[in-house]
Amino acid sequence: MNIIVQQFVNFLQLGSIYALTAISFSMVYGIVGLVNFAHGSIFTVSMYFLYFLSTWLFNYIESTWLVYVISLSVASFATSVIAVLIERLAYRPLRSAKAVALVVSSVGVGILLEYLVLNFAGSKAKRMPRIIPNQGVALLGVTIPLYKIMIIVIAIIAMIALTQLIKRTRLGTSMRAVAQDRVAAGLMGISTNRVISYAFIFGAVLATLAGSLYGTAYSIFAYNVGDTINWWSFIAAVVGGIGSIAGAVLGGFILGGISILAPILLPVSSYKDIVAFAVLIIVLMIKPTGLLGKRSSEKI
Amino acid sequence: MKKKEWRNILVVLVLVAALVLVKELKLVSTSNLLILQYIGIYSILVLGINIVNGYLGIFSLAHAGFMAVGAYAAALSTRYLFTSQWMFPLALLVGGLASLCVGLLVAIPSFKSKGDYLAIITLGFSLMIQSIFMNAEFVGASRGMNNIAIYTNIYWVYGVLFVMIQVVMRFVNSKYGRNLKAIREDQVATELVSVNVRQAKTIAFALSAFLAGIAGALMCHLLGYTSPSSYGYNNIIDGLVMVYIGGVGSITGSIAGALLWQIIIQTLKDLGTWRWVVGGLLLCVVMIFMPNGIFGYQEIGTAVRGLFARLTKKHAKEDVTHGE
Repeated sequence: MNIIVQQFVNFLQLGSIYALTAISFSMVYGIVGLVNFAHGSIFTVSMYFLYFLSTWLFNYIESTWLVYVISLSVASFATSVIAVLIERLAYRPLRSAKAVALVVSSVGVGILLEYLVLNFAGSKAKRMPRIIPNQGVALLGVTIPLYKIMIIVIAIIAMIALTQLIKRTRLGTSMRAVAQDRVAAGLMGISTNRVISYAFIFGAVLATLAGSLYGTAYSIFAYNVGDTINWWSFIAAVVGGIGSIAGAVLGGFILGGISILAPILLPVSSYKDIVAFAVLIIVLMIKPTGLLGKRSSEKI
Repeated sequence: MKKKEWRNILVVLVLVAALVLVKELKLVSTSNLLILQYIGIYSILVLGINIVNGYLGIFSLAHAGFMAVGAYAAALSTRYLFTSQWMFPLALLVGGLASLCVGLLVAIPSFKSKGDYLAIITLGFSLMIQSIFMNAEFVGASRGMNNIAIYTNIYWVYGVLFVMIQVVMRFVNSKYGRNLKAIREDQVATELVSVNVRQAKTIAFALSAFLAGIAGALMCHLLGYTSPSSYGYNNIIDGLVMVYIGGVGSITGSIAGALLWQIIIQTLKDLGTWRWVVGGLLLCVVMIFMPNGIFGYQEIGTAVRGLFARLTKKHAKEDVTHGE
């Protein structure tokens, strides 16, 4: 029983992190239609911002919550600036070109950012300072670390807030309009460029949030932390269905579930990738547009 | 016709002479010789990727997996079956054919899925193959296979590359190659004129995998080892970069891409890790100014003639630069 509860909490934690990264990936993916291979590097950049800011702030401030809030907001801002700059310099000139050119340009940006981080921060693995206090909470007879519960709560709040923002606000409506038909949205008086910039900003902020949670959960990371995050969030977004927030969440939790369950059920823990990809391929063979996706015939 | 044949023979002779000079007279240092061999091997790989990603126009990420299968199959065959040096071509063939079989398997999802979804499926195949090798104890699991006989030399690399260029050149100008280009432009219209789309895609994936497998086989017999970590995300990205920098749908482009990228990452060692920053920047710049790559959809002959025509008659051939 204890193990089941603990593993369930682990599953929720990993699933929330995957879900958040998948949403942050599919913000740009859904609205611009770009498979942003630089997203993993943006995640890495945000983690390094968080790391440097929080280690520096701990010299002056005692309260962990204050450090968390300040470093999260400053890092979000800095990452957003970088994301918007990337969009201006590397993606906007290619907006009318073929989709593949855009994808390859994002691959280039990804390599560029990752190795800039490596050159400035070094290849040594870093340890994220514990931003959420280390306490235990008794739940169903099991002591669960507070940070795990916080991760789940923060992720769920972020997802609900984002859904409401997309559904109810004017900006959200214009985002959905641009996602549906960019030209028609422009004709209706929506500033497409502005909306796309906002999509990149949201993506960067969510990536920073996911980075802070990832750092809290696993603490040790290096310059290539974004590589796997990139692919896993891509996979989660596609399994769930492109451009659907609920789909990205579902995809994230499915991947989290596979990662937790596979080592328990299978003899060798390293088979989990094989299982994850097998599930992925089967899902896409049966339902080629992802679980909650709309029909799409776009070619990249 | 006759003139063309003479020209081909001349090209082969010049190539052989250059190789002999480079290898036997030691005109280049050992490390540069190695880089030359990398360039040749990656050219073969990129030719393979280009058949699916360029000529067929499917964004596939399976090439690292194909390369892994080719490398492991060839390494196993030289260890247990073809133990002497003169049997090396058989080992290459085994590598290519093993990879081809996997290619046939990967072609199946391409009948139904498209775009991003297909990209993910091919990525999944590639990483699954990596995971399988990572867990298979008889090929050394994550340590990989060591002490593979070093049979590859520069003659083999460029000999195979020459043959493969001939094969691909004939293939893309044949009925089957034209089918691929037609599918790239419009799959529905191609189906309507009675082209067997499934057959065409299967052939494309098979040939692509075959080339990648041979590249893998050459690579592991050059380095003397092979390990699952050489066929991961970074190698997928590497392959993509070379295809799209050089130019999609072009044999010249494949070789130019391999040449350029290998020169950047292998010879700019002085720059340390900054060379990757340079490489990433270059990739963005090439895409912004030449979205199809340097030799996108054209061979060297056409490109040079186009350039020449533009230089002599300024207003002519404007459409080459603007694309639309």
